[in-house]
Amino acid sequence: MLAELGQLALVMTLLLSAIQAWSGLTGGHLNDSRLMRLSERSAIAEALLCCLAFGLLAVLFAQSDFSVKLVATHSHTTKPLIYKLSGTWGNHEGSMLLWLMTLAVFGAGISLFGKSLPSGLRARAIGVHGLLGLGFAGFLLFTSNPFERLSPIPVDGAGLNPLLQDPGLAFHPPFLYIGYVGFSVAFSLAVAALIEGQIDAIWARWVRPWVLLAWAFLTIGITMGSIWAYYELGWGGWWFWDPVENVSFMPWLAGTALLHSTLVAQARGGFLRWTLLLSIATFSLSLIGTFIVRSGVLTSVHAFAVDPARGVYILILLALATGGALTLYALRANKIDHGTPFAVESREAGLVINNILLVCATATVFLGTFYPLVIDAITGEKITVGPPYFDMTFAPIMSALILVMAFGPLVKWRKDEFARLRPALLRMAIAVLVSLILFALIGKSVWGALGLGLAVWLASGSLINYARKLRLGVKNSRIGNLGLRVRALPAAAHGFFLAHVGLAVTVAGITGMSVWAAESTARLNVGEQVSVAGYDFTLTRMSDGVGDNYQALIGTLAISQNGDPIATLEAERRFYPVEQSVTTEGAMDVAVHRTLYAAIGEGNDMSGWIVRVYMHPLVSWIWAGALIMALGGFVSLIGSAPKSKPAEEPA
Amino acid sequence: MATPEKKRDWSALAPIMAFAGLAFLLAVGLTRDPRLLPSEMIDREMPSFDLPALRAGDARVSNADLEGQISLVNVFGSWCAACIVEHSKLVELSFRNDIQMVGLNWRDNNSAALRWLAQYGDPYDLIAIDTNSDLAIELGVTGAPETFLIGPNGQIRYKQIGPLTDQAWSENIEPIVNAIKAEAN
Repeated sequence: MLAELGQLALVMTLLLSAIQAWSGLTGGHLNDSRLMRLSERSAIAEALLCCLAFGLLAVLFAQSDFSVKLVATHSHTTKPLIYKLSGTWGNHEGSMLLWLMTLAVFGAGISLFGKSLPSGLRARAIGVHGLLGLGFAGFLLFTSNPFERLSPIPVDGAGLNPLLQDPGLAFHPPFLYIGYVGFSVAFSLAVAALIEGQIDAIWARWVRPWVLLAWAFLTIGITMGSIWAYYELGWGGWWFWDPVENVSFMPWLAGTALLHSTLVAQARGGFLRWTLLLSIATFSLSLIGTFIVRSGVLTSVHAFAVDPARGVYILILLALATGGALTLYALRANKIDHGTPFAVESREAGLVINNILLVCATATVFLGTFYPLVIDAITGEKITVGPPYFDMTFAPIMSALILVMAFGPLVKWRKDEFARLRPALLRMAIAVLVSLILFALIGKSVWGALGLGLAVWLASGSLINYARKLRLGVKNSRIGNLGLRVRALPAAAHGFFLAHVGLAVTVAGITGMSVWAAESTARLNVGEQVSVAGYDFTLTRMSDGVGDNYQALIGTLAISQNGDPIATLEAERRFYPVEQSVTTEGAMDVAVHRTLYAAIGEGNDMSGWIVRVYMHPLVSWIWAGALIMALGGFVSLIGSAPKSKPAEEPA
Repeated sequence: MATPEKKRDWSALAPIMAFAGLAFLLAVGLTRDPRLLPSEMIDREMPSFDLPALRAGDARVSNADLEGQISLVNVFGSWCAACIVEHSKLVELSFRNDIQMVGLNWRDNNSAALRWLAQYGDPYDLIAIDTNSDLAIELGVTGAPETFLIGPNGQIRYKQIGPLTDQAWSENIEPIVNAIKAEAN
């Protein structure tokens, strides 16, 4: 019954998005306010129906209703409730339903919060969004119906891949999707602006909060995925340049470029064509990501749904959406203003460099991800592109970006003099020099010192800029009213500071991890010890444990440094009988300056157990920095939400 | 349509052209079967291993057992449904005397594995137990069944992912077996 209701809700969603698309585009064209209102209301109704369908699927999972094929193939009665719920999106059909729901909610968002937009532009954007909804609702109903019934009804389900039974992974897709799909708002608005053939600073001001929201969620989503990979896969790696990781990273890079180009668009009315193009490109990269993951075109550990029919459908969808938008761009772009000119020593110039470098970085990742496909298409040969390529190409581009982003924001709009920047640059250079010498001496590594120097350069540049905005050290500014000045500063300034400092923290973490990480492996009997980087790990006990749906072997390790006990870790090996698979659950002791990580491998009481131990300096900074960046995004969001102007009609 | 006041700006066409190229590539990509992707292990040395034997009384199985002959290393388990599909082909191959059949009993329980072999027939000359995926991880095994063709010098020559069908054998593996023999002469 519930499944049929869900199915009905999906069919209604399909119909409503068709109505939304038609009435929005026609209403915008004829300037018919009744049609426009119809499209706004369909967008809201569509969102509610999608939420209903998704909620019903979650209930089916919670109840372990195995008459539904999707539940039977992905759930099990012994699974903890939280993983039954996360099972809702831990599979192809459910995750696409989550995708559609997010898309519909963002569509409703344009209707609800878009009152400050010109009505024609708003209606067209909602119409374009309706077309996207139509495409994805069709995709679900025709190729991946989550509510399909199963007969005969099995006694129990097949379970969920144990690797996916983890809080980090359970909640990373929703964040990732809000990020991915959030860029659809920029896409719809860009296409609507191209249909109208005009765009201005108001457009940019309105689109920016949506880009910020999507960007911040995507940042969190990618970070959660990285944390999960770090402690669940048990290899001590935090980023693998896996195609599936790359396809979530590319919209992030392009979205970061978009975030900065809207800055110019809204403040100076420049970069308008470029901003439109980036809006289209960013969401298209999200679509390409969906295509890659859902079609299995690139093999990867993540690709759990390989089905050519789905691949063909999404490819057609991608061709229509991106191809259509870019054709429109080719036809209309020359009607759009190039913007006001600016000097070489100006903030615009800095942001041009920012955009060029970010686009290069995106292209680099893109090339590395798709090169195997190109080679396969041309020669039929199968190759893989590994981390060495990305390390060699991506790291230099990002280093150049950081060099510029440390002082770029200090430069004035339109035209500035180098002489004015000299004192700030001098201070930053001193900070870098001191830290270079310090870190080179302590860490005994040139690369490590350079990496940390780069982080210091970025952090000091951002700090100086922030201090200037707060008028610290300026004559006649008393320290007493600092709190007042902090509050008087626009939220975007705080957000900018957090985002840039966050990146500095991440860079420091990456450097520490790449240069000074240490590991050691040994076969230990109870009572024996293995050491890494001055930390001694003693295997004190091996014991058995039982979880909700698994059996565990627990190794207790006592860690000490120079004889002083530091921590006790319990690393597990879990066996999931339903799925017949074994996972390794590493255990870690986290401190600010380092993380100690231990994992238990195979073995027995006679010959001992394989124990792997790692010392990872600053590794938690990688994620802490990323989360600070996301926080910066949210803080900016508070400031850039459009001031509630008198609405044309009551909301 | 839009009547441009200025000179036509051809650069506006660049994005759609680039995208058309990409869409074409993705379409080509769809026609290829990603499962055919040979593992990175092809033409590498067989990883060194030394594992206990499944059948009581057999000696441990290690790299030394593969030396000097062509071996087919088949990853199987009694829990693996698809292994039953390919089993008759393995039994058929076991009658050839130019190929050594090596079973890698993966993540299995010994008595269940022996019962399974008793039921479906035992095509293997040697059977190693890999309960903890020691060798399977080294080989990059993603699931069972998988079959590796190993040359007399211990080099991995081919990897079959999924059941070893008649077609896979005659089209992909047998030619390599013949090539190895030609090399030897």
